[in-house]
Order: sequence, then structure tokens, then C-alpha cells
Amino acid sequence: MISAIVFMPLIGAILVGFMGRRIGDTGSMILTSSLVVLAAIFSAITLADVAFGHNPQHIVVLEWMRSGDFELDWAFKVDTLTAVMLFVVTGVSSLVHIYSIGYMSDDPHRPRFFAYLSLFTFAMLMLVTADNFVQLFFGWEGVGLASYLLIGFWFKKSTANAAAMKAFIVNRVGDFGFALGIFALFMVTGSVEFDAVFAQAAQYQGQSFNFLGYDVDILTTICLLLFVGAMGKSAQLFLHTWLPDAMEGPTPVSALIHAATMVTAGVFMVARCSPLFELAPVALEFVTVIGATTAIFAASVGLVQNDIKRVIAYSTCSQLGYMFFAIGVGAYPVAIFHLFTHAFFKALLFLGAGSVIHAMHHEQDMRKMGGLWKTIPFTYAMMLIGTVALMGFPGTAGYFSKDAVLEVAYAAHSGVGNYAFWMGIIAAFMTSFYSWRLIFMTFHGKTRADQHTFEHAHESPLVMLVPLVLLSIGALFAGYAFYDSFVGHHFQEFWGDAIFIADPENGVMHHFHDVPDWVKRLPIVMGGIGFVTAWLFYIKITSIPGALAKQFEPIYQFLLNKWYFDELYDLIFVRFSKWLGEKLWIFGDGKIIDGLGPDGVAASVMQVTKRVVALQTGYLYHYAFAMLIGVVGLVTYFLVWGVH
Amino acid sequence: MMTTMPDLSPLYAELFLAGAALVLLMLGVFRGEQSARSISGFAVIALIATAGLVLAGGGETVTTFGGSFISDQFAVYMKVVSLLGAAMILVISGPYMQAEKMDRFEYPVLILLATLGMCLMISANDLIALYMGLELQSLALYVIAAFKRNSQRSTEAGLKYFVLGALSSGMYLYGASMLYGFTGSVGFEGIAQSAAAAEVSGGVVIGLVFVAAALAFKISAVPFHMWTPDVYEGAPTPVTAFFAAAPKAAGVALVVRVMIDAFGTMGPQWQQIMIVVSILSMALGAFAAIGQTNIKRLMAYSSIGHMGYALVGLAAGTVEGITGVLVYMAIYVVMNGGVWVCILSMRRAEGMVENIDDLAGLAKNNPTMAFALAVLMFSLAGIPPMAGFFGKFYVFMAAVDAGLITLAVIGLVTSVVGAFYYIRIVKVIYMDEPAAAFDAPASGGMRVVLLGSTAFTILFVVAPSSLVEVAGKAAASLF
Repeated sequence: MISAIVFMPLIGAILVGFMGRRIGDTGSMILTSSLVVLAAIFSAITLADVAFGHNPQHIVVLEWMRSGDFELDWAFKVDTLTAVMLFVVTGVSSLVHIYSIGYMSDDPHRPRFFAYLSLFTFAMLMLVTADNFVQLFFGWEGVGLASYLLIGFWFKKSTANAAAMKAFIVNRVGDFGFALGIFALFMVTGSVEFDAVFAQAAQYQGQSFNFLGYDVDILTTICLLLFVGAMGKSAQLFLHTWLPDAMEGPTPVSALIHAATMVTAGVFMVARCSPLFELAPVALEFVTVIGATTAIFAASVGLVQNDIKRVIAYSTCSQLGYMFFAIGVGAYPVAIFHLFTHAFFKALLFLGAGSVIHAMHHEQDMRKMGGLWKTIPFTYAMMLIGTVALMGFPGTAGYFSKDAVLEVAYAAHSGVGNYAFWMGIIAAFMTSFYSWRLIFMTFHGKTRADQHTFEHAHESPLVMLVPLVLLSIGALFAGYAFYDSFVGHHFQEFWGDAIFIADPENGVMHHFHDVPDWVKRLPIVMGGIGFVTAWLFYIKITSIPGALAKQFEPIYQFLLNKWYFDELYDLIFVRFSKWLGEKLWIFGDGKIIDGLGPDGVAASVMQVTKRVVALQTGYLYHYAFAMLIGVVGLVTYFLVWGVH
Repeated sequence: MMTTMPDLSPLYAELFLAGAALVLLMLGVFRGEQSARSISGFAVIALIATAGLVLAGGGETVTTFGGSFISDQFAVYMKVVSLLGAAMILVISGPYMQAEKMDRFEYPVLILLATLGMCLMISANDLIALYMGLELQSLALYVIAAFKRNSQRSTEAGLKYFVLGALSSGMYLYGASMLYGFTGSVGFEGIAQSAAAAEVSGGVVIGLVFVAAALAFKISAVPFHMWTPDVYEGAPTPVTAFFAAAPKAAGVALVVRVMIDAFGTMGPQWQQIMIVVSILSMALGAFAAIGQTNIKRLMAYSSIGHMGYALVGLAAGTVEGITGVLVYMAIYVVMNGGVWVCILSMRRAEGMVENIDDLAGLAKNNPTMAFALAVLMFSLAGIPPMAGFFGKFYVFMAAVDAGLITLAVIGLVTSVVGAFYYIRIVKVIYMDEPAAAFDAPASGGMRVVLLGSTAFTILFVVAPSSLVEVAGKAAASLF
């Protein structure tokens, strides 16, 4: 069954990718969607069997590589962690497939789009079912490639192409760290299989090895390298710049890749490597700091964005930060729990935003919206559900998971834990503010859209609304329903061996249930304040935002320009490498390589070729001469340097 | 004196192939030119049937004809690769031969005879049997290189190949006579015993050098490669395709067998030759190809480079190394089949075109073929996860295990340089301003070969171990 889950999307992708024209648009869409839906049903059964039935599986598909001592099988490791991810990936993917039938209805290249979607799903499934680091890396690169194809799907749009390139290149930086981490692991442990590596991890605790000329702690170094990979995939601070730009892709893609699946691959990977990270406290502190800083950074940028999708993108970035600092304080189940609930409401928000964009004829600027709640009431209701879940309104999914994240940060009672807690609290206020700002600017007030567009705004077709309903159910109830099993007192029973926690009895996983009441209430209060502020700013006294922006011009610009990260990177990396490249090109390539290398060789080859017109040039003699020279050279070599 | 008939059972496959060639020749003579197409079809069947017979013969090591013919796992593997490679090329030759009015029955018959020569030399176990197989193959190849009699380029190619081939045969015989003189034996086992018994004498080493040089000529390794670009460009395209596939596999098999079986104890000597030849081939293949505009010439340099990579495995001299060589050759032959289908499809109203620029816009005019060619180019460049990557992976791993780290590093560097011109073709296909479309859609046979070759290239990553295991057994049978 696991094989069926993993390979059905691939079969769909291959069939539609190569024979899309023959199958036809409708056939392609139905074929890929039904295969993925089937995979989702199987995944639900697997989740019940593996996670709730405590029946982890290990399935060898085939022997893969054999070279000397290096042995590797292609196998599926299905424990609770994988089962949860399988469910999230196939669930969201199948809804996105169905939704796209409506959303892409006027696109001429639908078979290609669906083939890419299915291909992405397959790569993501490869990633989460991996049983060793090489397989994980294959899936990791596979999702990168598929996401490149999907972001750049509208390849005639130059911004989309640039965004696709940027996503690919920024991820290369992360992948480089990830690959180094895997190499280092292989060097130290002699294996790339999870079980073998994790079993050996303890014996390397506290030992150091020589890396780049420095004596460093083995596990800390490896974990940091692996985490660099996770930072790239999960858009954490410093490597986050690609995610907002990736919004150039079609909106269903954003919902699938940039909310529910690919960006969570980093979180998954770190959770999968919990046996390593647990033994490297320094690396965990680093993870906490990066996570907490990303949470506040992205939320602050989200406050002032005007593109509806970019707001949600920064929100995703920020929520991923939450997941990472939960991991950083050792609460892996809480992080995965937040990943799980976040998938529902963030996909809901993206798909809802897609529905708005669809209604507004591909307008994404919120300044040109407003008052839409009357024309598209259903979408409005869905977006409201997504928003209350995101801000953590009591009872919704976000309430259970986000509060748990904040509580574990507090319960950690460490320096970085406190930092994360307070950053998270402030970010919670900002989250509530920008979410409601989005709702108010889009749906309330007087419309700022032009007459024509507004009048023609229409509710999306049923095929797009049904996925929204299903996701909204998850956004409302997934938290309540799964809280006890994921992070309750008996969480270990649920997770089994999937997640390793060094000190399960006295760690944060138990203490966080007993934090003071004010810690539990504070996030809700902050959410309320955020709501009221947004209401004041955008409904009651609409002049405030403009006045504030003018009053605090530098801060506003700072936020609007995303803390100037893009400009900084442009200055440091892009310009510098362009300058270096230009120098190398003029000096190295132009003078040395072109002179002697390709152009020189090419020129001489051309010259020689020109002279070969007829048989009588003596060219044959040259050939024979070259052969004789070769033989004479070899014989001389042996005669002069002797026979051993 | 009683003469007993030698045991013929190990050569049933070869006897069948020889018989088939003669029958088809008779058929052609009596039925005349119009029978060319059916004879070509029968020839394909004969080749595949021979491969079946080879497989059915099993893999135990048997010798016959007083030890001059050997059949073992290694021979089975390489014969199957060569036979299927030849059949593949014969399948894709048809449309070209008809369009160019060259579909004469001698062509399939000559291919059969050449392939018979390959089988005999793969199974050769002494210097004389080897020479006989080699010449049977070469004489047939000389003729088909000049098969387009009214084309000056083709006859020029045939003549050049013949003259240089004769020179290499001369070198071989000279080397063989030296070896016989100094070891007193022409059998590989005899040579190996005498080389192991005594201090290696200079004469044996010089004989080894001459023999190695002659064999290097057959696989167009540098510096014995000079004929390759000219002959590849001048010969009719299907003939070039044939040159690039089966004879290369058989030639590499020959080099491996001679070096391991006859000179197994002289590893340090021939390893040095192989390292030098391998480095030169990889470098020349990578650098010289960059300047090419003619795709057939480019493929000539590409094949020179690939022979260099295959020799990396031989230079390692271990079971893993030979396994790598065998895997490499199988992958190489299959990839080549697909590439040549694409090259053979480059036909416009005015005739065949051969320039790389003519491929521009293929992505638009024929997306399926464009995709297949792009995959094959990536594979030739050795980019994962295509099959070509695994070919390189196994030989380089073996080289590293054998301590030849410098060789492996040079190989990696040249493969990066080489990737440039393969990827340039992909760029021309996908990015350049479209040129006119090719007419004459590929025939059914060509499509099957292209599809099979592309599918193999992509899907090899799924189960590399199945081929590697077989190759490993074949390699082990040599030691």
C-alpha cells in the first residue's frame, strides 16, 4: 500500500506528461486527480494503522546501489512521523489537484500543470518515506526541481522566471550545507541509513574532529550543516528571500508547495534527525534563535505588504519559524503538530486567496480590492475561518498548536527559550494584525476596485469551493481532535520510536502542560489586541495607517522593503559575483581560455578541417605518423624508465 | 594418425551466425536487389537469435580448438551486448538506406560478417584466433565504410580506414611475433605462465606495447584515434552509427581479455599504458569536441572520450574495475542507439543535414524526440540520475579503490568539460531560434529503438544492481 501511495502520483505524472495531448485536458485532470485522491485515502488508512495502531513498517523496494562497502537499498520507512506527513502531503495535494481543475480552467497548458503537480507530489512522498539520507536527498532535490518548474509555470512572465531561478539558487546554498552534512555523517559513521546512523550517534557525543582546519564538535557541526539545508527549504532567515518571490507561480502551487508541503520538509528533516539534534545542544540553541527571529521578522514584514499572496507568504515564513523554535527547545511533537494544523489553515488561506484572485481576474493587490464580502460571501466565510485559525482563536486548530508552541518555549526556562517565547508573543500580535488587515482590506469597506472588475467579480465554481470546505473543517477541528495523541501526556505512545527525546520524563514535553495561566492566556490577548488594532486602522479610522506611515517613514520603508534583505544580498553577492565573473570572463575566459582553449582548439580544428579536401594532401600520412609516434613513445618510456 | 573433430558445442552461436550470413548472401544473389529489405529483416532476426543462442549456451568456462577458443561468462556478456548493438543499428538503418538508394543486400550481410568477427575475437584465447576474428571484422567494416560508392567522402573514409587499419594489423602481427619469440607461446595461458615464471624481459614488454597499440586503434583511443573523426564524418550515417556501437564494445572486450588473461601478471606494465591512453582519450574527447559543428564529427570525439572513461576501469585492473567497464559499455551502446536514431532523422527536403545548428527548434517541431535527445545528451555527459552517470560512477569508484585517485580526478574534470558540448546541444534544441522542421518522420523501428534507449537511460537509476550483478559475474569469470 505504501508503494501505491508513493508511485500513483508518479504514474499520473508520467502518463499525463508524455501523453497529455492524447488523453486530453479533461482526461489528464481527472486521471492525475483521482490517482492522488486514491493515494490520500490510502494515506489516511496508513495513518490509522501506523500511528494509531502502533504498527511502524519498513519496506524494501529494491537493492539500489552496491559498490564495494557501500550498500544502499531503496526502502520505505513508515513510522508515525512519516504517516503524519503522508497524510498531510497527499491530503493537501489531492485538494489542490481538485481545486486546480477550476482555477486553471482557462489555461492552455493544463496537462503540463497537472503532470508537474503530480511529479511534485511524488518527490515529496519520496522525501518523507526515505529510509536513508541519499533517498532523502533525492526527494529533497526532486521537490526543488518540481517547485522550480511550477513557480516558472507561466514561463512567458519574466518575473515568474526570475522567481523560479531565485528559488532554485537560494535553495542550492541550503542544499550545499545539507550535502556537506550528509558527507560528514557518512565519513564519521560509515553509513547513510537512518537506523545505522542514529544507533551510532551517542558514541560521538562530545567528540571532535577536524573540519576545515578547525577542531570542532562532530555532532554540532553535522547538525548545523543539516540545519542549513532545512533553512533553505523552509525559508528561514537569511535564506528566506525566495519564498515571497515564489508567489509568482499559480496560486494552487503556493498552497501546495509554499504552505503545506515543501517548505515543511526542513521541519520534517530536523524532526527525523532528532536522535542527532538531541545530542547537540548548541545546534538546538541555534535552531531556536533562527526560528524565533524568523517568526518575528517575517511577521513584521507581513504587516505592510499589499499583495494578498505575499502577506500569506510572509505569514508562512513566520509560522515555520514557530515550528523551528519548538524544535529548538526539544518539543519535536509540538512542532509537527503545528506543521499538521498549519497545513490545513494555510492551504485554506492560499486557496481562499486564489478564489479571490480568480474572482478579481488575477488582481492580487489588496489596495485594489475591498467590499468583496457581498459579491463572494462563501470565499469570505472560508477566509474568515482560515484567519481565526491562524491567529489562534480559542477552539480552532491554530489555538491548540500555536499555544502549545509558545508554552513549550516558556517551559524550556532557558535563555533562548525565553527569547523565543517573547518573540513569539509579539509575532502573535502581528499575525493577528496582518491577518485581519488582509480580511478588512479585501472584503470590507468601500471597494477600490474599478467598476468593471468589481461588477464582474463572481463566486468561484463548485470544484474550487469543495476543497475549501474540507480544509476549513480541518482548520477548525484538527487541533482539538488530535491534541491529545500528538502532544498530550501520552505522546510517546503515539510517536513510538519515530522521535527521539533525550530526557522524555522531565523535558518540556511534560512541563508545558503546567505553565502559569497568564502564559496560556497571553497569546489570546495578543490576538485580540491585534484584531482591535486592525479594526481601528482599516475600518474605523482609515486615516491612521497613512499617517503612521508618514510619521515613521524610515520604519515603514524598512518593513516595506523586507528589512532590505534583497538589496543587501544584491550588493554583497550578486554585484560582487557579477564583478568577479566579469573580471574572470575578460581576463580568464577571454584571454587565457579562449585564446588557448575552446576558441584556439576550435580555430585549429577548423583550419585542419579546411585543408582536408582531397585524399592526396598527405593527411593519411599524418595519421599513420601519429600512430607510430604513439608506439615509439610508449616503447621509449619502457626502455628508458625500465621494466619493473 | 587419428584426427578428432574438435568440440563444436561452444561455438554453436557463431556457426549459426556464419550459416545465416551465407544463406542470406545466397538469397540476395539469387533474388536480386529487391530482396534487400527482407534480407535486412532476416539479418536482424539472425542477430537476435544468435544472442539467444549465446545466452542459451550458458556461462561455464569451456575451451575448444586446442584452447584457442574460449567461452565464458565474460564472452557471453560482451557477445550479447555486441549482437544486440548490431541488431539495433540494422533496425534503424533501413529508412536511410532506402532514401539514399543504398538498400543493397550486401549491407546486412556485411554487418553479419563483421558481427561474427566480433564474436570470434571476444572468444579468442590465443593470438592467432584473435587476429582472425579481428580481420574478419575489420575487412567487413572497411567495405561498409566505403559503401556509398558514388560519394567521394565515403570512399575516402573507407580507404583511410583501410590503410590505417592495415598499419595497425601490421603492428599487431609484429607485436605478436615478438611475444611468440620471447615466451614461446601464442596461447594466452602460455604467455601468462611464461610471464609469471621468469623476470619480465624487454622483448615481451615491447610486444605488449605493439599489441596494445593495435588494439587501441580498434577502439580509437588516443593517440591511435586519428582515423575516427574522418571516417565517422565520411561514412554513411548508419555505418557511422554501427562503428560507434558494436565494434567498440567488441574492441573493449578484446583489450580487457588480452590484458587480464594474457598479461595478468604484468599489471604494472600495461596499467601505465592504459592510464596514459585513458587520460589522453578523455582529454582529447572533451576538448576537441567543443569546436565541432558537424554532429557526426562531434560523436566521433564523444566516442573517443567514452573509450577513455571505459579504460579507466581497465586501468584499475580489479574485478570492480572490469565490472565498471562492462556496465559502461552496455550503457554506452544503448545510449548511442538512441542518439543515432535522432541523427538519422535529421533529414530535410534537400537531403540529410549534419550540422548541430540544424537541430535548432527541435523542441518545437518534434517535442518527443527533443526530449529524448536531451535525456540522452545529459546521460552522455554523465549527469545523474541518467544511466550514463552510473557508468562513470562505477569506473571511477573502481579507480579510487585501486588507488588511482589522480586518474579519477582527471576523469571528473574532463567529464565536466565534456558536459559543455553535450549541454550545448540541449541548448540548441530548446533555446535557439527554430530552424526548418525535419521531414520524413522516423520509422516504427527507429521509434522503438529511441523509446527503448531513452527509457533505459531514465529508468536505469531504479534498478542499477540487476545489470551490475550480471556484469560482476562476467568480470569475475576472467580472474
